[in-house]
Amino acid sequence: MSVRRIRTLLQKFAALAALAVVLASSAGCGWTRLNYPQTSLTPTSDYARDIDTILNQQVFWVVVIFVLVQGMIIVTVLRFRARPGAPDPKPVHGNTALEIAWTIAPAIILALVAVPTVETIYRTQAPAAKGALQVNVIGHQWWWEFQYPELGITTASELHVPAGRTVNVAITTADVLHSFWFPAIGGKRDAIPTHTNYMWFKPDSLGVFMGQCAELCGTSHANMRMRLFVETPEQFEAWVAHQKQPATDPDSVTNAAAWQGRKVWGDQICFTCHTVNGVENAVGIVGPNLTHVGSRTAIAGSIYPNDAEHLAKWISNAPAAKPGSLMPNLGLNDEQVKALVAYLQSLK
Amino acid sequence: MATIAAASYAPGKAQSGLWSWITTVDHKRIGVLYGATAMFWFLVGGLEAVLIRIQLMKPGNTFISADVFNQMFTMHATTMIFLAVMPLSAAFFNFIVPLQIGARDVAFPRLNALSYWIYFFGAIFINLGWFLGGNSAAGWFGYSNLTGIAYSPKAEIAMGPLHILVNGVDFWAIGLQILGIASLAAGFNFIVTILNMRAPGMKLMRMPPFTWMTLVTSFLIIFAFPVITVALILLQFDRFTGTNFYVPDGGADPLLWQHLFWLFGHPEVYILILPAMGVISEVLPTFSRKPLFGYPVVVYSGIFIAFMGWGVWSHHMFSVGLGPLADSFFAITTMLIAIPTGVKIFNWIATMWGGRIELRTPMLFAIGFIGLFTMGGLSGFMHASPPSDLQQTDTYFIVAHIHYVLFGGAIFGLFAGIYYWFPKITGRMLDETLGQIHFWLTFVAMNVTFFPMHFVGMLGMPRRVYTYAPNMGFTEMNWLSTIGAFGIAIGMLFFLANILKSLRGGKVAGNDPWGGASLEWAIPSPPPVHNFGTIPTVHSLDPLWHKESRDAALRCNEVSEHIHMPPNSYWPIVAALGINMLLSGMVFGWFIGIPGLLLMVLGIYKWAFEPCH
Repeated sequence: MSVRRIRTLLQKFAALAALAVVLASSAGCGWTRLNYPQTSLTPTSDYARDIDTILNQQVFWVVVIFVLVQGMIIVTVLRFRARPGAPDPKPVHGNTALEIAWTIAPAIILALVAVPTVETIYRTQAPAAKGALQVNVIGHQWWWEFQYPELGITTASELHVPAGRTVNVAITTADVLHSFWFPAIGGKRDAIPTHTNYMWFKPDSLGVFMGQCAELCGTSHANMRMRLFVETPEQFEAWVAHQKQPATDPDSVTNAAAWQGRKVWGDQICFTCHTVNGVENAVGIVGPNLTHVGSRTAIAGSIYPNDAEHLAKWISNAPAAKPGSLMPNLGLNDEQVKALVAYLQSLK
Repeated sequence: MATIAAASYAPGKAQSGLWSWITTVDHKRIGVLYGATAMFWFLVGGLEAVLIRIQLMKPGNTFISADVFNQMFTMHATTMIFLAVMPLSAAFFNFIVPLQIGARDVAFPRLNALSYWIYFFGAIFINLGWFLGGNSAAGWFGYSNLTGIAYSPKAEIAMGPLHILVNGVDFWAIGLQILGIASLAAGFNFIVTILNMRAPGMKLMRMPPFTWMTLVTSFLIIFAFPVITVALILLQFDRFTGTNFYVPDGGADPLLWQHLFWLFGHPEVYILILPAMGVISEVLPTFSRKPLFGYPVVVYSGIFIAFMGWGVWSHHMFSVGLGPLADSFFAITTMLIAIPTGVKIFNWIATMWGGRIELRTPMLFAIGFIGLFTMGGLSGFMHASPPSDLQQTDTYFIVAHIHYVLFGGAIFGLFAGIYYWFPKITGRMLDETLGQIHFWLTFVAMNVTFFPMHFVGMLGMPRRVYTYAPNMGFTEMNWLSTIGAFGIAIGMLFFLANILKSLRGGKVAGNDPWGGASLEWAIPSPPPVHNFGTIPTVHSLDPLWHKESRDAALRCNEVSEHIHMPPNSYWPIVAALGINMLLSGMVFGWFIGIPGLLLMVLGIYKWAFEPCH
């Protein structure tokens, strides 16, 4: 093959590679959180940015190698297609120099990614910074429990954190394997019986971020979702103060519907599974803590909007609304359901 | 005057009819049995995939329920890995390897039949959940403690007068146990065959690359399957006798299962890919009219991959919290294994470079393999780094990787083998036009199905979810993947039509329709029962492409010695049935299990003392 030919081919490769890199890097533009609420491609924490840095390096090399290898395949097949009158091919058996070259080149590329990989592993798995906000995450079939041990708060499905402060998450499970994953703020970590896994991140962008369980955990694995609220420190303090308030029973005159529901709550012994702080028998730990369920944005493992219609649907027949749900069909009549909905909505 | 001694002692020695197939110990027939059965299960696994894709076509779909969906992806993967890809590879090990090494059969023909019949019955057993209360819904990887009694409890299933207590996990675990026996036996069989029964002059470095990959894969099988056997036995003790090997409340660490499973599971993926790599290492040279570039390097790379494959298992566990040292170690070993893999790819391209490429269907699939497997390798490179893997793991990004390497890789390689060796097996050519349609349709549809999954995974869609919310941005890409899946299904229809058409009236192939380099092309198509009239002497690699070896090889059809072929036998199927019944007895009861044990003992005893002529 002539030198001129080699040069032309190399130019073509370079052009393609450049084009591919441009395309790949600009591809992030349309993929905003608006269109993709659970994207891992727009990092919003220090941990997520560390991951994104590694990813970008990998994408670069992947594009380069892709263009090179696929290009070589196409060029080879087109160039050496059998044509009538084509000469017999020379029976070349190998070339030691080539073998060495194409063994060393990938090794170098791998080393270029391996070094920052190991460095990032050690940095992101070091113990969390002092003064981090401690959160205990407990996976259940099929909802996430969040406890703030230093603040005395227990809640479910919706995690509130202040921007600009490291959050140190301690992850475990009450039953089977789960995996805690908010793509916006970093990678996932599994929830394993008898283990506690730690992960930390410092969120830097305000907003609401979607997350989901990422380890098959049974029938409603797909329905085990959660939301992360990154707030200003002031908003977070206000939320904390509010969460610490126990619930008060509704007034039978000013909120008769909710008062009715409070009675149904007691009659139907909902407290055996669900705790409402401040209410009698606040002992239920099988199901989510519902003290402030009225102020959540979603219910049933963050799969339905928190409105009267969906609350009613859930309370009437949980297993129908969420396959395999451990909350049974309680066999309540419409009146009882309506009352309970009013009560839960009052638990702001 | 030389004679061919047909089996003079053989119950039912006719070579046509159902009984002759049931009692066959001929590696060629066993290969055909494996191939046909594997193709059936490939279609079943494909149907399971299409049902999955229909459910995921739009958010909140109610085509199949959550529980059935979870069973569906469990069985899709289990079927494809254990009932389709591995047996399809075994079909070629069986038919082709003895021909390539100049042997008349494998070392242990009846053991060979046993492997097939155990697979035949085991495949049925592992699918019984469809009819008896449901399959495992815990994934093909069956992580504990979801697979324990507490979270996958047994239910009472009525089978007429019989009542059994079972959960799909039991069918899955016992079924895999049964299938493992088949694989182990085959692994030993092929190692002994390849090491001991090569034709004179066929040194190891003169073996065809497919035979080499068969040897390496067989070693992987015999070392990997005992690991999953142990893992499954511990699970069965937990589920049947109340032990606590994997029960956290009893003091166990569920990670024990993950380590054991992936110690098996990672070598298993090399078991799945190396045979296909062997196939294309034959097809590419033949259709480039050039020898395999860097033959020793390709062989050593395969060996190196097999060794290194034992050192990477925890890259499936990067999200488990093993700690920075373990994560770093496995990241580095995983990256290292990319090197010999890349080397093979470059050698394959170099094989084509400077050649005279005939783009017949086997070659199209082989070239497709290189391109698609490279894609899978690149996404694999991306998972090799734990920080970025922690976004990718358990998402559709991994599903994309898996299918590029297993569908674009293993399946395309095996299709290359089918189109390449169909003439040798049946004596007829497959239709080239239908083959080209099959290839192009499948190639395009495969990319339409799996390429979007890279994106939908990075955009936050986890795996193993029966549905997803409508406003997540997953909808369009899932719809696209479903369309692609239908395309793959249509491609398969062209393939099946081709098989049926060509079996009946395809062009007669002759001994060597492609101008191949290895010994199987020296004999008639289909080969006579004894393969070689005279065992050839080999003087080089690629014997049919070197004058001295070629002349020697082409004399192999003259019968010059007394040939004794092993007689048919029904003891392998009896023993296989016995083994299946014995292990199914765990579910169905002692009145199946005890007769099974007796049948197995009887079968093996009679087999041991069976006269061979």
